Amino acid sequence: MATETKKEEAHDFRRLHSYPLIRHTDMPEEMRVEAMELCVTACEKFSTNNENAAKMIKENMDKKFGASWHTIVGEGFGFEITHETKNILYMFFGGNMAICVWKCS
Amino acid sequence: MPPKIPKSVKGPGSTVGAKPSKIIKGRQKPREEDDMTVDEYGEDYVHGRTLVRPDDQLDLTETELKEEFTRILTANNPHAPQNIVRFNFKERSYKQTSHVEQIAIHFALDGNMLHKDSDEARRQRAKAGMGEARSEIALSEAGEEEAGDGEEGEKEEAAEAPPPKKESLRNQFNFSERASQTFNNPYRERGTATEPPPRANFSSTANQWEIYDAYYEDLQKQEKAKDKTKQVPAFKKDDDKTKKKLVALETTSDDISRVTKASKIVERMVNQNTFDDIAQDFSYFEDASDEFRDQEGTLLPLWKFSYDKAKRLAVTSLCWNPKHVDLFSTGHGSYDFTKQGRGMLLFYSLKNPSYPEFIYSTDSGVMCIDIHPTYPYLICVGFYDGSVGVFNVKDKRAGPVYKSTAKSGKHTDPVWQVKWQKDDLDNNLNFFSVSSDGRVVSWTLVKDELIYADVISLTVDDVPAEGPDGTQLQLLGCGTSFDFHKKIDYLFLVGTEEGKIHKCSKAYSSQFLDTIDAHHMSVDAVRWNPFHPDIFISCSADWTVKIWDHNYRHQAMFTFDLNSAVGDVAWAPYSSTIFAAVTADGKIHVFDLNINKYEALCEQSVVQKKKTKLTHVEFNPAHMIVVVGDERGYVTSLKLSPNLRKVPKKKKGEESQGIDHEVEIAKLDKILSLVREPDNKDKK
Repeated sequence: MATETKKEEAHDFRRLHSYPLIRHTDMPEEMRVEAMELCVTACEKFSTNNENAAKMIKENMDKKFGASWHTIVGEGFGFEITHETKNILYMFFGGNMAICVWKCS
Repeated sequence: MPPKIPKSVKGPGSTVGAKPSKIIKGRQKPREEDDMTVDEYGEDYVHGRTLVRPDDQLDLTETELKEEFTRILTANNPHAPQNIVRFNFKERSYKQTSHVEQIAIHFALDGNMLHKDSDEARRQRAKAGMGEARSEIALSEAGEEEAGDGEEGEKEEAAEAPPPKKESLRNQFNFSERASQTFNNPYRERGTATEPPPRANFSSTANQWEIYDAYYEDLQKQEKAKDKTKQVPAFKKDDDKTKKKLVALETTSDDISRVTKASKIVERMVNQNTFDDIAQDFSYFEDASDEFRDQEGTLLPLWKFSYDKAKRLAVTSLCWNPKHVDLFSTGHGSYDFTKQGRGMLLFYSLKNPSYPEFIYSTDSGVMCIDIHPTYPYLICVGFYDGSVGVFNVKDKRAGPVYKSTAKSGKHTDPVWQVKWQKDDLDNNLNFFSVSSDGRVVSWTLVKDELIYADVISLTVDDVPAEGPDGTQLQLLGCGTSFDFHKKIDYLFLVGTEEGKIHKCSKAYSSQFLDTIDAHHMSVDAVRWNPFHPDIFISCSADWTVKIWDHNYRHQAMFTFDLNSAVGDVAWAPYSSTIFAAVTADGKIHVFDLNINKYEALCEQSVVQKKKTKLTHVEFNPAHMIVVVGDERGYVTSLKLSPNLRKVPKKKKGEESQGIDHEVEIAKLDKILSLVREPDNKDKK
């Protein structure tokens, strides 16, 4: 019985936590929306390969907002970075993925 | 210019060969004819003439003629010196030079003719090039030449055969090359360094439990928000939305909206400086001459408000904001049936007379407005097309928040007055409107729509008119104004275009409590006295203002004839006996019944151009000023002089603050008691 509820919870958690959740950002609205959508697309496209997802995000951000973007995609990591203001996005996605995108040249 | 060789050489050359003897003859008498021109002389030189003896010639005999004189001509120059000595450096002594120049040149003339075969002629021909050759050909065609000339022409052509060398012809004697150096500008160094883009540090840790917690928190927040939105009523939702919008705007906008507040402050400061004298008058000026005039007063014009886009749009309504006493709204439209068009709703502040605080443009003319007494940001508006709407100043949208449509029971004729009511039993906001289609309608703001309910239809008492096919038509009166009793909640008055004033109750929709034949023309305004519960005032286009006691319906307490159609009348908020009326001849009349029951204390023209009609007047609830609107779209604020705001002196010991309602009512009653006739009182 207990396991069943746990399972249900886990399932619920999966379903409920699938949306992108922004933890920290100082981007302007337009940029934020675009960056967020890009991260979601990349993570969905390369759901098994974080490196490719990060590469895709970085390259697309470079194209759209100018060079020297950096991206981390992973399930667990710590970081301390220096970024240009108005150019950072730290978000969670899919319940188990963390993505950090920032610009620093 | 060099001579043209072929001509010059050929012409005289040929004649020289032909007639040599004539030249010799001619030479004997060259200068005897003075009147000859050079050309004639030349011709004469060629042809010669017969001998003519001069008059003074000596006549000599034969022997004398035959006598011989021997003359020896030597080549020595008689004028040349024979004894020239020069210093000889070799022998160191002066020595006579043996050689003396014997040639004396008496006349020299450089000819301008060349021989055509000479070197110089060839060179010139080569330089002149083809042009010469062509003229040569032209001459040969003329056929005047001899055979020899023809041969020469061929020769010349042969000589010309090598292509002519083009050389720039320079003046060889006075030619110099020039060069100059321009000034070199001094070099200067200049450099700038840009500030690097601002940077910030950020650090965090991402792992599974952090992510889980974040999502969990967010979900809980969302659920809470959901609960909240369920609870709050409909129109507050709107506020939330606008707040969200505002937040979004604030974060994104880099434009001028960020300095809105600062720029507004600066604008007001500038205006304060510009209109400093008016502001001083507003606060401190009191007409000193009032002390010497007992029954007269004056109005001091203060600021004048206008807005370019609202010019020539008549001021159709005025309303002071109940919360911010410096703020008032004006509705703009047109009273002219033939000139209907757009309308405007403007908000002016006394602190900024140069530009409206808020501007709303409407498709149809605004005919009336009212500001909600407890929510001063809500304004209900009646339009010429019969619709009513509600504007929310807090809401950033450009149009009304609510608007009635043809489907939702809008009026079929212009709406002449709107008035906010107390919230109904469900705490919904609601207001009333009156229109010339004969209906008084109550509008309730429910969620995002206006719910309407007919309160009363203004039926005409007369027998129903017969339609063309025998049906009976119930005629409806045209409502033009109304006012609600200050104390008795259900009681209200409606003025009509027929000149009647109906006393109505919100409870009965089919019957009037009372009908007064008040005026001969349409009733423009009707207003309850703010102090006395029985008294109201009405004005009409029949030039009169009348004061009524609603218990005495057959007779007006006072009637004033103002000699022009009266557009509006308003009670003063500080005294029960003072009221102001505006007329179509551009005058404002201020009465104080306590001082003069027959004439106005002040009758003053306040329009710049004659023939401008004044349309509305409104007292400021706190300050001693009135605003009047005219049909050209101008609003003028006027300060009442001390005589126009006399209130009874308070006895010692009484509270000096506030207006004593009892005193005000007693004051009015005292005046009315003189005119009331108890017999006329309605039987109850």
